[in-house]
Amino acid sequence: MNDAVITNPKIILKDLNFHYGLFHALKSVNLSIPEKKVTAFIGPSGCGKSTLLRTFNRMYELYPKQVATGEIILDGENILDAQQDLNRLRAKVGMVFQKPTPFPMSIFDNITFGVKLYESLNKRDMADRVEWALRKAALWNEVKDKLKQNGNSLSGGQQQRLCIARAIAVRPEEVLLDEPASALDPISTAHIEELIHELKKDYTIIIVTHNMQQAARVSDYTAYMYLGELIEFGNTDMIFTTPKKTATEDYITGKFG
Amino acid sequence: MSKFFSDTRLKRQHLLDLAFLNITRFFAFLVFAILAGIVITLLIGSLPAIKTFGLKFLVSSEWNPVTDQFGALVPIAGTLATSFIALLIGIPVSFGIALFITEMSPRWLKRPLGIAVELLAGIPSIIYGMWGLFVFAPAFANVEPWLTEHLGNAALIGPLFQGPPMGIGMLTAGLILAIMVIPFIASVMRDVFEIVPPLLKESAYGLGATTWEVVWHVVLPYTKIGVVGAIMLGLGRALGETMAVTFVIGNAHELSASLLMPGNSISSALANEFTEAVGPLYTSALIELGLILFLITFIVLSLSKLLLIQLAKREGKQS
Amino acid sequence: MLSLYARRRLINNFNLTISLLAMVFGLFWLVWILWTLVAQGFHVLSLTLFTQMTPPPGSNGGLLNAIAGSFVMTMIAALIGTPIGILAGTYLAEFGQRGWLAPTTRFVNDILLSAPSIVIGLFVYEIYVINVGHFSGWAGSLALALIVIPVVVRTTENMLRLVPNSLREAAAALGAPQWKVIMLVTLRASTTGILTGILLAVARISGETAPLLFTALNNQFWSSNMNQPMANLPVVIFQFAMSPYEDWQRLAWAGALLITFMVLALNILARIFFRQKAPSH
Repeated sequence: MNDAVITNPKIILKDLNFHYGLFHALKSVNLSIPEKKVTAFIGPSGCGKSTLLRTFNRMYELYPKQVATGEIILDGENILDAQQDLNRLRAKVGMVFQKPTPFPMSIFDNITFGVKLYESLNKRDMADRVEWALRKAALWNEVKDKLKQNGNSLSGGQQQRLCIARAIAVRPEEVLLDEPASALDPISTAHIEELIHELKKDYTIIIVTHNMQQAARVSDYTAYMYLGELIEFGNTDMIFTTPKKTATEDYITGKFG
Repeated sequence: MSKFFSDTRLKRQHLLDLAFLNITRFFAFLVFAILAGIVITLLIGSLPAIKTFGLKFLVSSEWNPVTDQFGALVPIAGTLATSFIALLIGIPVSFGIALFITEMSPRWLKRPLGIAVELLAGIPSIIYGMWGLFVFAPAFANVEPWLTEHLGNAALIGPLFQGPPMGIGMLTAGLILAIMVIPFIASVMRDVFEIVPPLLKESAYGLGATTWEVVWHVVLPYTKIGVVGAIMLGLGRALGETMAVTFVIGNAHELSASLLMPGNSISSALANEFTEAVGPLYTSALIELGLILFLITFIVLSLSKLLLIQLAKREGKQS
Repeated sequence: MLSLYARRRLINNFNLTISLLAMVFGLFWLVWILWTLVAQGFHVLSLTLFTQMTPPPGSNGGLLNAIAGSFVMTMIAALIGTPIGILAGTYLAEFGQRGWLAPTTRFVNDILLSAPSIVIGLFVYEIYVINVGHFSGWAGSLALALIVIPVVVRTTENMLRLVPNSLREAAAALGAPQWKVIMLVTLRASTTGILTGILLAVARISGETAPLLFTALNNQFWSSNMNQPMANLPVVIFQFAMSPYEDWQRLAWAGALLITFMVLALNILARIFFRQKAPSH
């Protein structure tokens, strides 16, 4: 199942199972995710790819009756461990959602919100951090004159880049992207994809997408999931050109899904 | 990429989280405690009356502070009768208003009418009472003889309309209440009619249905939960309303078959007599009246909640 | 015999005409009431209304003490009721998925929301007025606060529920503890809605009469002591309107006009306020 040889795994999943109440959403997933690469999860809707993504920062714990069992080892620590401090974990793992989620505050405050939680920076350093994050997210030139404006005043694509800037401003080690471009127009999507290329120099990136071309364009590794199971995982080139499983091939070539 | 995760900082956040949860929980509990407090306080206050009169309190129509004999039949009957009249008139009129605003009114008139209805729902009830006493009752006194003449001899309902035309009385109170609850019920009904998906209505129109048929067969079934809710809201208002009734009901502790005669409601008996009541039994009887009023609204609300749950369940089964 | 189609059309037209009549019928009373109010109250409006105390029958005076008393008691009630309501509503919306307390409180709050206001007055009389031995401004404020609370609880919960979960997740994903997520993000996102709810609650209590009858009662004179019976517009209107004196009745009409104007203004303000910021979310 795990065909690619991962020499520097950042995250290792061991026998990961997930339940929504009685529904068995992830079935014994085993996988190693390489450091400072882009790993994409693809599959038809309902296959469990978003569920899997939400276990990496235990976002599912906000809701009752959702349980993950097994192990997710991040930097040698099992994050499913009950001892794990959730706030600390989430500060280490950034996340960007399907729809832009600017907070109801100024652009500047949006960026500093996360930074202030764990770092005490002086005014100067904070301003530098904001600029750094906005530059990383390729948004600085568009907003540098209106940092005091409400985040909601930006366009959809800008809002999404603001959210990416906000996520990387806290300097996480990995970034989770949950269909980050699905609500955006083609130009904004291209922006985001360029950005992902930039970001993988510093971060481990995991992206969930239902858009296969996007997965092919942005990722180094691809995992195909179906009905809660990991069907195939490997180099993106290999998955898209010579998949080993017929199920993967059927999905990739559009015979199914 | 060094990050500063001090344990004390993490621990403090957890403590603050816990504190926040417990503070909000405390205030949620306070809301619950207020209701419990109201019931218990009223119960304690009415104990002397409950002990003295027992269940007879509910069926006796005698109300005599001089001999310390108290019965709640007249005010209870007054509360129920005036609320019944209010709903009898209020429901169809509100339905008509909501129907007019959502389905018939020209587009430019919709918003002004909607806002007008909502604003009118906000007018303090004392205004209705005052207007009732000074304007409506004298005018209505001229209508009452006509009612007596034409309905007074009718079968069954005849006795309701016999009596001297004084203007004030149960019927007047019921009518004022109706005028007062109409904007309440109408504005909620309008809101729920508005949420019917246009596609649903359009598909019915597409089959050649008339406006009325669309409303009766599509809009109303789709919104019945909301409509019941609107009516219950109106009923709750009517039952507990004090000022609109006190001015015009006549404040007489006499049981009469006629709606034209003065009567009393629980809330107006309280408003008129409570501060002047002397003697522990008198006060206690009034507090028991308050308790009864509270229980009536409690029961009506609980029933409507149950009904709504039941309706929602059946809806779920169908689809 | 009419054709089926003609009959359907007839029914339709008949019912729609009835609905038009219902609209006219409803508006007719309300226009009549407002017109009476203006006709009776407008010519009594004058500066003395705002500068002089309520008079004994037969002499001139104004409504100053009643206006001031109403204002003070309404403000204090809003100050007491609002934080309690917001915190309780926050619990229902943010922590209300588990446990028995939230569903129970939600139900109880609905009951309180439509509890007869005179019963609230009775309750405050029993627990407060009896114990201190006299009517007072505090008692009046307390009774009004008890009416504010359920309104604010309801709007706070509803407004917080409108905040998309993705916003909570986004804040949590940055490692924010829950209290910060709620205080800095979700509550802030619903500020406009909650403020609207508070304005509507204030509008509602500024016209409430029944709960003040047994709590603040009334005061013929100026009173800045919250521990004393306190004059207030609704009760003054009630007493003056029910009195046989014509000059008192005239003052009652003026008071009625003022209070209605006040309540309508607050309602319109709340509406404008909500409209302004609403599209952003």
